[in-house]
Amino acid sequence: MSVFEGFRFRHVTSSIHKLDPRVKFLFVLAIFIIAVLFTEVLPLLILFFLPLPFVFAARVQREWVRSLRGAIFLATIIFVFNFVFGYFYQLQAGAVLLEYSISMSLRFMVLVESFSIFFLTTSPDHLSLALEQSHVPYEFTFAFTTAVRFVPVLAEEAQTIMDAQKARGLELERGNFLKRIRNYIPILIPLIVSAIRRSLELAEAMESRAWGASPKRTNLYTLKMKSGDFVLIVLSILLLTIGLYLRYFVSIPPLSYFLP
Amino acid sequence: MAVIETKSLEYAYPGVNKPSLKDISLSIEKGEFVMLTGPSGCGKTTLCRCLNGLIPHFYGGEMNGELIVAGLRVSEHPINELAKRVGLVFQNPENQLFALSVEKDVAFGLENMGVPRYEIQKRVDWALQIAGIEDLRERAPHELSGGQQQRVAIAGVLAMQPEIMIFDEPTSFLDPLGAQKIFEVINDLNKKLAITVILVEHRLDLASKYADHVIVIDEGKVVLDGEPREIFNSETAWLLGVGVPKVVRLWHLLKENGMSLSGVPVNSEEATSFLLEVLKRR
Amino acid sequence: MSLTIPDGEFVAIMGQNGAGKTTLVKHFNGLLKPTKGEVLVDGVSTRSVSVAKLARKIGFVFQNPDHQLFSETVEEEIAFALRNFGFEEATIEKHVTWALNLLDLTEYRKASPFMLSGGERKRVALASVLAWDPSVVILDEPTIGQDHKQKEKLRQFIVQLNEQGKTVVIVTHDVEFVAECNPRVILMVDGKIVASGEAKRILSDAALTYSASIVPPQITQVFHNLANFGLPSDVIDVYEAKKILLGLFGEIKR
Repeated sequence: MSVFEGFRFRHVTSSIHKLDPRVKFLFVLAIFIIAVLFTEVLPLLILFFLPLPFVFAARVQREWVRSLRGAIFLATIIFVFNFVFGYFYQLQAGAVLLEYSISMSLRFMVLVESFSIFFLTTSPDHLSLALEQSHVPYEFTFAFTTAVRFVPVLAEEAQTIMDAQKARGLELERGNFLKRIRNYIPILIPLIVSAIRRSLELAEAMESRAWGASPKRTNLYTLKMKSGDFVLIVLSILLLTIGLYLRYFVSIPPLSYFLP
Repeated sequence: MAVIETKSLEYAYPGVNKPSLKDISLSIEKGEFVMLTGPSGCGKTTLCRCLNGLIPHFYGGEMNGELIVAGLRVSEHPINELAKRVGLVFQNPENQLFALSVEKDVAFGLENMGVPRYEIQKRVDWALQIAGIEDLRERAPHELSGGQQQRVAIAGVLAMQPEIMIFDEPTSFLDPLGAQKIFEVINDLNKKLAITVILVEHRLDLASKYADHVIVIDEGKVVLDGEPREIFNSETAWLLGVGVPKVVRLWHLLKENGMSLSGVPVNSEEATSFLLEVLKRR
Repeated sequence: MSLTIPDGEFVAIMGQNGAGKTTLVKHFNGLLKPTKGEVLVDGVSTRSVSVAKLARKIGFVFQNPDHQLFSETVEEEIAFALRNFGFEEATIEKHVTWALNLLDLTEYRKASPFMLSGGERKRVALASVLAWDPSVVILDEPTIGQDHKQKEKLRQFIVQLNEQGKTVVIVTHDVEFVAECNPRVILMVDGKIVASGEAKRILSDAALTYSASIVPPQITQVFHNLANFGLPSDVIDVYEAKKILLGLFGEIKR
């Protein structure tokens, strides 16, 4: 569960939080593309440490580390799989295979960390605004925002339902695997029924607030790009350019070059 | 000038044989504060849904008879057009708030209407002020109490500047103090902004002092329609089990035993002054 | 917080929304365990017993029946808890019939709970909790959304349960309802108990109710306004009010 903690937005203000989500996404995308370009450990390692100044500037170190901790498990699996299958495929375990396996898990970590920073520093509100202004149809943005809005409500309701059924003698921890799954039916059904009822009420309320009255929907807020955003755009383009150059014109030494 | 007029309105939900509304004929004047009440399942909620067009457009089913609201024939206009003139605040505060901040939620209706940004900002500020929730502007709906959430919902509907506002049991989930605050806000909307108000309520003891027109519905039909005093005093209301205020009950009991007051009190202040008259004669 | 509820008592826990009433009663059947101190049910600490075991003695009816209903028929719904507790089929059958009868739901035995009206669903939820005949019944905000007639029926039912010897605890902010039931009242403010005693005494104490953000019953308000005329200040019942006023009126006539 800690891996999810690393993605939840925090109510903190920093210069990073104020950046336009679309620009932040561009930066993360740039990192993603470069991560995919390389299979050598060295550039991936650099890429891994690159967003660190952003993490500290946004003061989200603790949560960020949590997401990495959660990701390490999967990263290890990736390493093991690559190594094991690579071994059986090549029938030898050499420095090349080792480096490759390390790279693959590193690549995964880079992906997790960059997306983690994105979600940690972008409020759902900001995100939906970015989606709207990127001309995503409003229905989808609305569905997204409403879902986020109701997550804590549904979580609370699930707890209440569990309490109500426990108070009728339901024991969730007892029984074999099959019985345990069946025990969750008295929790799932009220939850689903409630969700359906809630959707109906929400739909009524939406209609009553003139949903669909105008083909061109306006917005209370608007995203304006500021100097910081332009700096980040330049940074992203720079990153991409350097990355592409390094990839196609410079040969990267493998790990073994640095080891005695 | 009647702002809501119905003649022989009848409606049955799709797939249901028994009609929920039968032969409803009502006339509501501009600026009135109407209280709509009746036993559970009588059709009050159905009637509210008819007034803003959810019936027949959202629910389907067959609606017969005439229904004209704010000059528009309901069956001939889509909900999003009617919504600009008739606002509806629902019972459950949680399920009528959509956005992640109060401000954005209040702006929701205006955004749907395509109102320009500066106008939205103005109206949102105005609505927040009237509902008394300016300090909650940046908060998330989930963090608010039920009473605060209802005020946000009211602000959201108010921002659209409708002529008529309907409140369907808005205080069901609130404690008495929260309920009182809501009634005060609703009363302000009616007395200060001249918005025609229709309030559906069971808790007549808290709300009766504000209304000037009471309608009682039972089994889909209008059984009583008139001034609060005569309605609360009537035998029919008592038999239906309408939650007549306790002071009215007291008045009844005293009258039965030969002690009469100068009028039927509908709230504790009136009861106090009527009893005062009698006791002063000591 | 220190509180004792003797066997067979009828208690109303009152206070504003957010005062901690529901949190408190959730400790009674072990859904919540205390951070400090103890909760003893029949002398046994709730920490040492499972919720299911406590539930055998303590029935908890939640505010929203839709948080409980999940079965295909009303019959199944009522039998759910009985099955959880390990009753035999024959006994279950009897208890279900009894519970249906008790709450006027016999005609809905084979009906789907989801097809019933709001008031009927509330009765099904109540029946499903009473089915195993717990000695304590806790009702969380039972009057919400109910019309006057339904509340009156509920009041009579609750009083009947108590007269049969059950300990009844209701959590509510409905002052008029409590005034008619006349239970022991426990008043809560911000997680603390600020008063405990006769409904009459507590609901008519203006300072107390004001501090707990409760509105006193209408009759009480009127009598407070007329205190100068020698009217007693602890009247919460409309019939008592009638007697007192007629008494005074009689004096005037003379």
